[in-house]
Amino acid sequence: MELKTDSNLEKVLRAGHFAVTGEVGPPRGSDPEAVREKAAHLVGKVDAVNITDCQTAMVRMSSWAASLICKSMGLEPNYQMVCRDRNRIAMQSDILGAYAMGLNTMLCLSGDHPSFGDHPMASNVHDLDSIQLIQMVRGMMDDGKFQGGAEIKRPPKMFIGAAANPFGDPFELRVLRLAKKVAAGADFIQTQCIYNMQKFRDYMKMAVDKGLHEKTYILAGVTPLKSAGMAKYMATKVPGMDVPDDVVKRIASAPKEKQAEEGIKFLCEQIEEMREIEGVAGIHLMAIEWEHKVPEILEQAKCLPRPQV
Amino acid sequence: MITAERKPIEEIMEYVKPYKKILLLGCNECVTVCYAGGRKEVGILASALSMAFLKQGQKVEIDELTLERQCDPEYVEELARTIQQYDAVCSMACGCGVQTIAGRYKDKPVYPMVNTKFMGASERQGVWAERCQGCGDCVLAFTGGICPVARCSKRIFNGPCGGSSGGKCEIDPNVDCAWQLIWDRLKALGRTDLYERIMPAKDWRAARDGGPRKIVREDLLA
Ligand code: SF4
Ligand code: SF4
Repeated sequence: MELKTDSNLEKVLRAGHFAVTGEVGPPRGSDPEAVREKAAHLVGKVDAVNITDCQTAMVRMSSWAASLICKSMGLEPNYQMVCRDRNRIAMQSDILGAYAMGLNTMLCLSGDHPSFGDHPMASNVHDLDSIQLIQMVRGMMDDGKFQGGAEIKRPPKMFIGAAANPFGDPFELRVLRLAKKVAAGADFIQTQCIYNMQKFRDYMKMAVDKGLHEKTYILAGVTPLKSAGMAKYMATKVPGMDVPDDVVKRIASAPKEKQAEEGIKFLCEQIEEMREIEGVAGIHLMAIEWEHKVPEILEQAKCLPRPQV
Repeated sequence: MITAERKPIEEIMEYVKPYKKILLLGCNECVTVCYAGGRKEVGILASALSMAFLKQGQKVEIDELTLERQCDPEYVEELARTIQQYDAVCSMACGCGVQTIAGRYKDKPVYPMVNTKFMGASERQGVWAERCQGCGDCVLAFTGGICPVARCSKRIFNGPCGGSSGGKCEIDPNVDCAWQLIWDRLKALGRTDLYERIMPAKDWRAARDGGPRKIVREDLLA
């Protein structure tokens, strides 16, 4: 087994385990305890934890700082970086800093548009797009060069991730764009939350037909539906999200105090199914302010204990 | 063309307030086509200003003039003999016109009457939409003639992002997703192969990021 980086996620995936990643959104403030509180629930339960980068374009504690806090707790951070807020000079600089501090797994994203957040008046950088960011990190690592061409002393070795949304439009482009991310150098992919299992199966079939699962590790994104309200919100208000009617109905038909339980049950069934889908190398569990439930969910989904590699 | 929208009358009055005699100066090019600062709009603004000041008991003398092209020194020169009689010039041209006046008549105050918006095209009567950001290195050949810089909200070169939904952009259901349009065009052209190639990181030097730009045509220099 040849490893390209020190990433724990890489080790788990290359050893052939069904990987599990989690997520922690940094706080809207400078209290490290707020990070620790959320992250504590995930210690020992996931192979890596995504640390979001000002998601929904709201100012939050920086992803690298929250990543370091998580690292000090024994978690493996998946350092997220969006193209919205920094140009390629700042990006490369942050990547060097992150690697210097021991981060070795990162996720390259476009980022939500500033109009979604609380700084809609901000400049919207996009010097690079997410695919060009993947290429740049790949070049820093494999060629040992900055994008400008100069040599890097001690090039960063990052296990490079990218996101994919199987449900965005146009559907026929979804796998083609995934292929571009893989060609750009993505080692692993984490998908948007999946609720439409049939459409996800179709997507995976197309990806497998193209042989993409042999060139990258695809982790299926899942988020527990906590209530019928949340299911309806996800179904109608979140761009690029696909929640089929029967899923909304299933959660809504449970009595109010049982809806959360039903959501977790549905999620565990999904994970069970996902294990059987060709090309799915693991799951990415985005609990969204429900971090304390993660151990219980993963236990119920038979994802624990995590492999020691 | 360059599109513009007239500024609110309250803002304009703040600029004009200190003066007794102003020249309201239109332009016969883009701002005429987009109904922001041509001869007709000069007339409308002149009447509106006179009335508004009259209501406040103030009298401002306003002369109206529309130049063929306010961004061209040849036409701006026409003001040389008359400009001294005005306390200020109120330009209804785009920012380029305003600056041509400011550059030629160094001691004359000049005020913008319009907000210059974007380089765009008319979609239908009364509707203009952004089409080009003057990035200096056009990629339309690879994107089916649809510009990802001006028309994708994140100027993504390898789109669409995950937010594209039903042909619309994630920022607003009234905004078309540029990458849906690009894809539809590439399909219609039988050139979907163009999509599969990764568009490399852009060299933004050719755009505004490289500093203010200039074109020098040696063959045309007098
Ligand atoms: S690619 Fe550049 S030059 Fe071409 S239309 Fe777009 S912004 Fe204008
Ligand atoms: S939805 Fe389309 S136009 Fe909007 S940012 Fe994404 S790719 Fe660009």
